[in-house]
Amino acid sequence: MSRDVAVLGVGMHPWGKWGRPFTRYGVAAARAALADAGLDWRDVGLVVGADTVRGGYPGHVAGAAFAQALGWQGARVASVYAACASGAQALDTARAHILAGLVDTALVVGADAAPKGFFAPAGGDRPDDPDWLRFRVLGATNPTYFGLYARRRMALHGDTPEDFARVKVKNAAAGAANPLARYRTPVTAAQVAASPVVADPLRLLDVCATSDGGAAVVLSSLDFARRRATADPVRIRAVSTVTPVYPRTVPDLPDIATDSALAVAPPEPAAGFRSAVVRAAYEEAGIGPEDLDLAEVYDLSTALELDWYEDLGLCPPGGAVKLLRDGATALGGRIPVNPSGGLSSFGEAVPAQALAQVCELTWQVRGLSGPRQVAGARVGVTANQGLFGHGSSVVVIR
Amino acid sequence: MTRSRKPVVAGWFTQDPAEGGGFRLIGTRCRGCGAVFFPREDHACRNPACDGAEGDLEEVPLSRRGRVWSYTDARYRPPAPYVSDPARPWEPYALVAVELTAERMIVLGQAAPGTGVADLAVGMEVELVPGVLHEDAEHVWTTWHWRPVGGGR
Ligand SMILES: [Zn+2]
Repeated sequence: MSRDVAVLGVGMHPWGKWGRPFTRYGVAAARAALADAGLDWRDVGLVVGADTVRGGYPGHVAGAAFAQALGWQGARVASVYAACASGAQALDTARAHILAGLVDTALVVGADAAPKGFFAPAGGDRPDDPDWLRFRVLGATNPTYFGLYARRRMALHGDTPEDFARVKVKNAAAGAANPLARYRTPVTAAQVAASPVVADPLRLLDVCATSDGGAAVVLSSLDFARRRATADPVRIRAVSTVTPVYPRTVPDLPDIATDSALAVAPPEPAAGFRSAVVRAAYEEAGIGPEDLDLAEVYDLSTALELDWYEDLGLCPPGGAVKLLRDGATALGGRIPVNPSGGLSSFGEAVPAQALAQVCELTWQVRGLSGPRQVAGARVGVTANQGLFGHGSSVVVIR
Repeated sequence: MTRSRKPVVAGWFTQDPAEGGGFRLIGTRCRGCGAVFFPREDHACRNPACDGAEGDLEEVPLSRRGRVWSYTDARYRPPAPYVSDPARPWEPYALVAVELTAERMIVLGQAAPGTGVADLAVGMEVELVPGVLHEDAEHVWTTWHWRPVGGGR
């Protein structure tokens, strides 16, 4: 029995920085997705919202906020928070309702208006909050962790800051062709090298910004799609939202230390949490990295995109820079990564970001991506990771 | 009036290095399975195969030395609750992730003042030293720092 659900429609509000209420971006994205699906809002059976992020924790209760803003129509509602993976968990909640036969259709929406500068924790004196503690005790911002990973790559694999800059140049070139991206100007390696260092070895143009934006996806059962004579619908074949496995041996946001591997050996020394998230999606979809036509990954930093190549299994550990230098992950390459332009071109609008990845894959496998089109794209994967042991990976197939 | 020394978080490191044994980070260890936790876990062992509870977790000092897993720095002033004087120019500091061999874990920390990224290398041996995070009218807020053994490269 198929466990696929159909993607009837997708829609986005462009990314930028306006500071308007998040519901504006969400409603615009939702209406675009409903129009794309040819579905009346009043016929949607479930609305799932990905909550906004405030100080690392859930802010607005998004599901009900979007349902009210679109006009109460009696649908079931759910709201989820999973940091950077919120959009994918919202998608998974919708998928589960559809596969359980509780609803035929679901609207999934994520939107946010992000604060300027570093993401900061909630205020007050909160020594029981690991996210507060890392700022209080270490002044460890998100780029601190990205800097640690980048330096580790340099020591382990011989990557250079010039390699990291090459990721930015690649993603900026793709973003320049994406009208939904916030940054649509090509960037040169010299510009990256001239930008100030934020967290050694990463410079300002190596690290993604925080943005406003909104994305929405309309899902339905395959039966519902067939009844509407959608012959060859785009399908969600897997949604992975697995937690880490003890002991976690790589430092991760927001923790000050890793688990100890003293009592229990790490499950697989080489494979960290990111690759486990992706592997679960591959297993659920019954595919492997060799089946992929493209990928959208969470390039919070340029160096982190290289980590993802290895976590996705596109190359062995340490092989990412060769893949990049060979042009394999650029538009026109063997396996384009971030043909949307990635976070590098969008900036992070946390609850919308995992859904924006699914929007991009949907347009790509429909063949509607214009100058960014990956020729013959049929199978794509998303991957992301964020605070508190959250991560997600979605397989989109046509 | 003398300001009193106060740890940035109570119970994470020895308060008075003069009290023998030197300056150490304080974690907890599960008597049931041997897992070590830092920051300290006092209520329930987090090894999923272990049901160790409050009485099973005992204090344990962590290794004084380790090797650099990776490092970076903070070129911009971190947001609150990190405390810094906005009236003074920002002075970057290095951050180090240190692998403790005996505990098989990695612990982050600021590098000791005067140790920048140019003084650090992955694999280098570092040692734990007491440090000061910031000072205010009432307190000298203390923390831990990592410092290259023998003064660095
Ligand atoms: Zn235990």
